[in-house]
Amino acid sequence: MLTSIREKVLAERRISEEDALRLFESDDIFTLGALASHVANRKNGRNAFFIRNRHVNPTNICVNRCKFCAFSRSKGQEGSFVLTIDDIIGKLCGGQRETATLQKKNHARRALRLTTKGFSEVHIVGGLHPDWPLEYYLDMLSAISKRFPKLHIKAFTAVEIDYFSKISGRSLKDIFRALKKSGLGSMPGGGAEIFRESVRSSLCPEKISGERWLEVMETAHEVGIRTNATMLYGHVEDLADRVDHLSRLRDLQDRTKGFQAFIPLAYHPKNTEIEGSYTSGIDDLKTVAVSRIFLDNFDHIKAYWIMLGEKISQLALLFGADDIDGTIIEEKITHSAGGLSGERLTAEQLVNLIRKAGKIAVERDSFYRTIRVYP
Amino acid sequence: MLEEKRRVSKEEALSLFKNADLLGLGMWADIIRKKLHPEEVCTFVVDRNINYTNVCINKCTFCAFWRDADDADAYLLDHETIFRKIEETIALGGTQILIQGGLHPNLDIFFYVDLLRSIKERFDINVHGFSPPEICFISDASDLTIGETLSILKAAGLDSIPGGGAEILSDRVREILSPKKIRSSRWLEVMETAHRIGMRTTATMMFGSIETPDDIVTHLDAIRRLQDKTGGFTAFIPWTFQPGNTELEAAGKNKKAKSRTARTAKISVQSPATAVEYLRVLAISRIYLDNVDNIQASWVTQGLKTAQVALRFGANDFGSTMIEENVVAAAGVSCASSLDDIIGAVRTAGFVPAQRDTLYNLLRVF
Repeated sequence: MLTSIREKVLAERRISEEDALRLFESDDIFTLGALASHVANRKNGRNAFFIRNRHVNPTNICVNRCKFCAFSRSKGQEGSFVLTIDDIIGKLCGGQRETATLQKKNHARRALRLTTKGFSEVHIVGGLHPDWPLEYYLDMLSAISKRFPKLHIKAFTAVEIDYFSKISGRSLKDIFRALKKSGLGSMPGGGAEIFRESVRSSLCPEKISGERWLEVMETAHEVGIRTNATMLYGHVEDLADRVDHLSRLRDLQDRTKGFQAFIPLAYHPKNTEIEGSYTSGIDDLKTVAVSRIFLDNFDHIKAYWIMLGEKISQLALLFGADDIDGTIIEEKITHSAGGLSGERLTAEQLVNLIRKAGKIAVERDSFYRTIRVYP
Repeated sequence: MLEEKRRVSKEEALSLFKNADLLGLGMWADIIRKKLHPEEVCTFVVDRNINYTNVCINKCTFCAFWRDADDADAYLLDHETIFRKIEETIALGGTQILIQGGLHPNLDIFFYVDLLRSIKERFDINVHGFSPPEICFISDASDLTIGETLSILKAAGLDSIPGGGAEILSDRVREILSPKKIRSSRWLEVMETAHRIGMRTTATMMFGSIETPDDIVTHLDAIRRLQDKTGGFTAFIPWTFQPGNTELEAAGKNKKAKSRTARTAKISVQSPATAVEYLRVLAISRIYLDNVDNIQASWVTQGLKTAQVALRFGANDFGSTMIEENVVAAAGVSCASSLDDIIGAVRTAGFVPAQRDTLYNLLRVF
C-alpha cells in the first residue's frame, strides 16, 4: 500500500502532502519506521545527538491564555513567579561541582569548549510579562554572556519576539540585531503549535497567527539566527492539520535553510482547559517517522524526552529521530501539564539510552558540531 | 522461518537477540499476534493484588518488599482486612484476587487452607494465588509433597497459580540474584504438577538485571518445553527489573556500600532495561512461545505509552488493572479512573479494550 511512497523515499524524491497523510493514516508502523530510519541514516548515519543543557523560565506570568497551557499565570495569581537576573545567574551557577570533575576527567582543550558550568547551552523561554520592557531581556542576555562568555544562549520563541516588537515599537530586524548584540546565539522553535487558523482560534486565540510565527522565523533566518521548529499535536487538530503544518515548515526551510531541528511535541492534558487524553506511544512514533520522511530539508528530528518520556524518545531513534535533547536539569512547562518523565537526565543516562538503541552517542554543541563521541 | 511455519530453535532465538533489527522482530511478532488474535482486541482483568505478608525468609537482592519478622513495618493481614479488600474488589467489577506474600516462617498449610476456605465461603471470586516459591515453602513447612500441597490448596479453593518467582530460569543467575529462592527445576515442577491436577497458571520472566541473552533463551525454552507437555500456561509475562530501593541497586551505585548480605556486593546493575530491550524481549517471546496463547504487556513497569507500543510488538493483553489499596479505601472512584486510563490507552493504540476473566474468556467489550 505504501509502495509508491517507499519508491519516492528510496529515490530521494520529495513526498507530497497526500503521501504524508497516507503515512499518518497507515497502521504499518514497521514500514514507517524503516523508511524514516533510511532517511535518518542518510542524513546522520548512526549518530544520535544529545547536549548538556539547562532550561530556565524567567516567568510564568503571561498575557496570553492558551487553552493547552498549564504553566501560565496572571500577575499576582497564586503560583505566579518572576526571576530576577541575579536569580537566573544563580541557577546557571548550579552546576559548578559537576564541571570540576568534568575538567579533571577530560583534558583541558575539551573542557574549554564546554562552558564553565557543566553545560554548554542555556534554553530560555517564558511567559509574555505585562510589565517587562525589551531592555530587561537585553540586560538578561548581556549579564549572562558577561558572566559565562562560552555559554550558548538559545532563547525566546517567535511568540516572545513578536511581543518584544509590540512592546518596544521596533521592527523584528531591529530587535534581532539588539538581541544578537546582547548575546543571543540561536532560537528555540516553540509557539508554533498548529499553524492552521481553525485550530489556533480554538486552541490559543490570543497567540500570534501561524503566518506571523513563520514571518518571525523567516526574519530571524535572514539576519543569520538559526532556529528550531515545533508542532504541538494530539489535542484538537486532525491529521490534515498536521500535514499542513509540516508543509509550511518545509516551504520556509526551502527558502531560508535556517531551521536546525524539527521537534514534534506531544500534548499533555493535565491542568489544561481542553483536557482530553495523552497521545498514544504509537502516535508519537508515527509522528516522528512522518516528520522525518516529509521534512527532507531538515537535518535533524528531535525526540524531546521531556514530552515523550525517555522510553518513547529512545524508541523514536528507531523511527527517524537523531536527537533526544539534553540534560535539561529543571523543567516546568510540560510538568505543569502532567509530564510523565523526570526533570533531568545525566549525560551518562542519555548515552546509555542511545547506545542501547544501537546508535552512536554524540554530544553536540548548539550547532550540531561534535563535542565528544561516545563509541 | 516464518514462511516455513516451523519452530524457532534456541540457536536461532539467540541469533535474533544479537543480530535482528528490532522493527523486523516487531513486524514478525505482530503477524503472529494477529493470527492468534485476529479480532484486534486487547484484554485486561479487573483484579486486586493482596499481599498478605511482607515477612520473607528469602531476602532476594532485587526485592524491595521483604522484611524480617521483627522489623517495625513487618505485617501479616488478618482475615477481616482481606475480606474487606475482596468486597471492594467485587464492588468495582473485579473477578479475581491475586494473593501473594512473603515466605513467613510461622505459617504452615493450615493457615492457607483456613484462609482459602473462609474466602470461598463468603465470596464468588477467582483466587489466583501463591507463586511457586510459596507453594514449595508451604510444602516444606508442612512436610508434604508438592502434589499433596497443591491438591489440598485446590480443594480448599485455590483456582489458579500466578507465574511469579520465575525470575530467570537459569540457576547460574538465581545463584547470584536469589540464592535462597527455589531452583529452576522446582519452579517448573510446581507448575507441571499444578497443570496435571487441572490448575492453569501463568509464567513470568524478570529480566534486565544480570542475565545474558543466553539465559533469557534458556528461560523461554523451559517454558515452551513444559507447555508442550501440559498446555497449562495461559499467558507469558515478561517484565523488567525495577532497581528502586533494592540491594541490587545499592550494589550498582556504590560497590563499597555495606549491603545486607555479603553476596550482593558482587552484583551491580547500573541501569534498568530500556524500552528497546523490553520490546526486543517481548517480540522474541511472542515468536518463540508458539504454544502460549497470550503475551502480556507490562504497563506497570513500562508505562502506558510503551505498553501501547508493545501491542504491536507481540502483546495482546494489558494484564491487571491493579486496583490500588489507598485509592479504593478513599473513595472507590480513583479505580474507575485507572480503569478508564487503561481503556483509553488501548483504544488510542488502535485496539478494542475488553475485560476478561482469569482464563481469558471475554466478559465485557468496551
